[in-house]
Amino acid sequence: MPFGNSHNQLKMKFSSEQEYPDLSKHNNHMAKVLTPALYEKLRSKQTPSGFTLDDVIQTGVDNPGHPFIMTVGCVAGDEETYEVFKELLDPVIQDRHGGYKPTDKHKTDLNPSNLKGGDDLDANYVLSSRVRTGRSICGFCLPPHCSRGERRAVEKLSVEALGALTGDLKGKYYALKNMTEAEQQQLIDDHFLFDKPVSPLLLASGMARDWPDARGIWHNDNKTFLVWVNEEDHLRVISMQKGGNMKEVFNRFCTGLTKIEELFKNKGHAFMWNEHLGYILTCPSNLGTGLRAGVHVKLPNLSKYRQFEEILKRLRLQKRGTGGVDTAAVGGVFDISNADRLGFSEVELVQMVVDGVKLLIVMEKRLEKGQAIEDLMPAQK
Amino acid sequence: MPFGNTHNNFKLNYKTDEEYPDLTKHNNHMAKVLSKEMYGKLRDKQTPTGFTLDDVIQTGVDNPGHPFIMTVGCVAGDEESYEVFKDLFDPIISDRHNGYKATDKHKTDLNFENLKGGDDLDPNYVLSSRVRTGRSIKGYALPPHNSRGERRAVEKLSVEALNSLDGEFKGKYYPLKSMTDADQEQLIADHFLFDKPISPLLLAAGMARDWPDARGIWHNENKTFLVWVNEEDHLRVIAMQKGGNMKEVFKRFCVGLQRIEEIFKKHNHGFMWNEHLGFVLTCPSNLGTGLRGGVHVKLPKLSTHAKFEEILTRLRLQKRGTGGVDTASVGGVFDISNADRIGSSEVDQVQCVVDGVKLMVEMEKKLEKDESIDSMIPAQKQQLEG
Repeated sequence: MPFGNSHNQLKMKFSSEQEYPDLSKHNNHMAKVLTPALYEKLRSKQTPSGFTLDDVIQTGVDNPGHPFIMTVGCVAGDEETYEVFKELLDPVIQDRHGGYKPTDKHKTDLNPSNLKGGDDLDANYVLSSRVRTGRSICGFCLPPHCSRGERRAVEKLSVEALGALTGDLKGKYYALKNMTEAEQQQLIDDHFLFDKPVSPLLLASGMARDWPDARGIWHNDNKTFLVWVNEEDHLRVISMQKGGNMKEVFNRFCTGLTKIEELFKNKGHAFMWNEHLGYILTCPSNLGTGLRAGVHVKLPNLSKYRQFEEILKRLRLQKRGTGGVDTAAVGGVFDISNADRLGFSEVELVQMVVDGVKLLIVMEKRLEKGQAIEDLMPAQK
Repeated sequence: MPFGNTHNNFKLNYKTDEEYPDLTKHNNHMAKVLSKEMYGKLRDKQTPTGFTLDDVIQTGVDNPGHPFIMTVGCVAGDEESYEVFKDLFDPIISDRHNGYKATDKHKTDLNFENLKGGDDLDPNYVLSSRVRTGRSIKGYALPPHNSRGERRAVEKLSVEALNSLDGEFKGKYYPLKSMTDADQEQLIADHFLFDKPISPLLLAAGMARDWPDARGIWHNENKTFLVWVNEEDHLRVIAMQKGGNMKEVFKRFCVGLQRIEEIFKKHNHGFMWNEHLGFVLTCPSNLGTGLRGGVHVKLPKLSTHAKFEEILTRLRLQKRGTGGVDTASVGGVFDISNADRIGSSEVDQVQCVVDGVKLMVEMEKKLEKDESIDSMIPAQKQQLEG
């Protein structure tokens, strides 16, 4: 792969104009921000681990756009990327995260007792509840840039930390590269298994290198708490269960995360975090909380209501199909989750989901009975 | 992308053991050769343009193997890769290319007059004839490694060179990124259009970066001479036509190639070549001549004969389906081409194809008449005869 510093120095022999990517057919956040002047200004820089401007933007150059979603088009290779290339990433972050300014501060709140309600979403409508986030381990490069040695060190640390969990969180690690067929089948049936990325957005940034080396899945015996190691981020942490008790899911999420963070700190490796960006993750879209909390909920009537999209927008929620991002809804069942990541705390985001879904179900029930719902239309949160 | 030199030096903080790839499930040339000791020895090196060992091997690490073919599993990022990482490349080249030694010399012969015959392959059997090769332009990094500036410079030079051709070579360049729909349809109908690579072998090596920037297709008005710019190599040069007149195809191939080379030389950017490796290309499998000369030929009976594979081996030929590598043959029509690339010249390799196909067509005719072909089975051809 070319983006090294001997090569970055060599590239300086070509003028900025000669090296500037052709973004004329592009529609992603990076392309909106990266002018020739900005490219020229940043092209000679590199982070301490050698990540360069071309490394940051390669995925956005190679993937002009997505038909349905405005992609970010850039990634971080290490913690310092967001500082060294702030002139590119700050406007991208601002555009992506509702006008979040370079001077704004992000609040972290992983105290589950601050969540009001959320234990009584109607199980006739809410089929399952889930909260996920990502975490990056200080001192190691991120998936687009890390070497095998670094990735394996992240895995080793993670397995040790997770191996120390007890009680409800006690579990086991399944390394992708020596999984038995039986284990693989079980993980597929549980909807836990992640596979080598196929999305060109991910592949172009280099995240799938050396697959499946040092990748794996850890989950607790109860199958309600799950950690992905070295997929799109160092760690993806997921708490999930059937039914509508989001409070319990969030409780487990916070408890588990906090325990894991302690264990990492004890080993001298904190999570990447700062007071401006919150938790540092590979994709700028996941900064802040990195949190997506959602439910699979039956809304066959409401989803056909002409103001469905508007309602979601006002509630600061987004919809996806039940296969996740980019999939279609099946049988009127939608994945409804928070739209925001940065600028709101974890508690605030889960509260939006809890309150919002509660309202959506009330609306659904009205529509079932042929009643109007205009009076229920919320104001913009 | 991670394999830079600050990052390469950073990686040296980790032990060889920690960085050495897991090749236990791998079956490609790189995996056969790259021991932990060798990895330890080469990991701190880099070429002048900054290509590192991990850059060389990434495609082979990411692609453990192919069900039907033994893949190479490594690429060059520039001309110097083959020298800086010779401890890795030399054994791979030897394994892939019939025991070609580190001390061997490769002969280049693009004098089409040295080809005997080849103008009379029976067109009732031979549907089309084609010769292709690749060329790399000195002074620029190769497709796994080059920057946009370098790739565009290669394109600019190539278009200048090609546009100065005249006579039967007069033609036009179609850049991929500004192709009209009509042009695109025509190029597809002519079987000329190449698309963004989808093979994980190529993608993992970084060749598709910035697609379709600075990629394009040039062809002459007669549609018998075609050049791909910045696909898997800087240039891929193809001469082709319907029927069995391989002599004419090879002549056009040689004349066109040499004209192009002259123009590049005038700009002080000759082709990468040395007397050991011949023409230097991205994939070690294409070193030497980089030449694949072949025909689409109807062999419905011969292809089902018990000794078909053995005959091909002895003639130093290989078969593919008519869609190219990894495809199946359709209607008994096969793509038959030379198996060798390095250690014999262009003329030698095309001669193998001409002589071998002639023999196979005769065998096919005999089998059509239910006659035996046992007396015609050839002896094993050596790579260089007499």
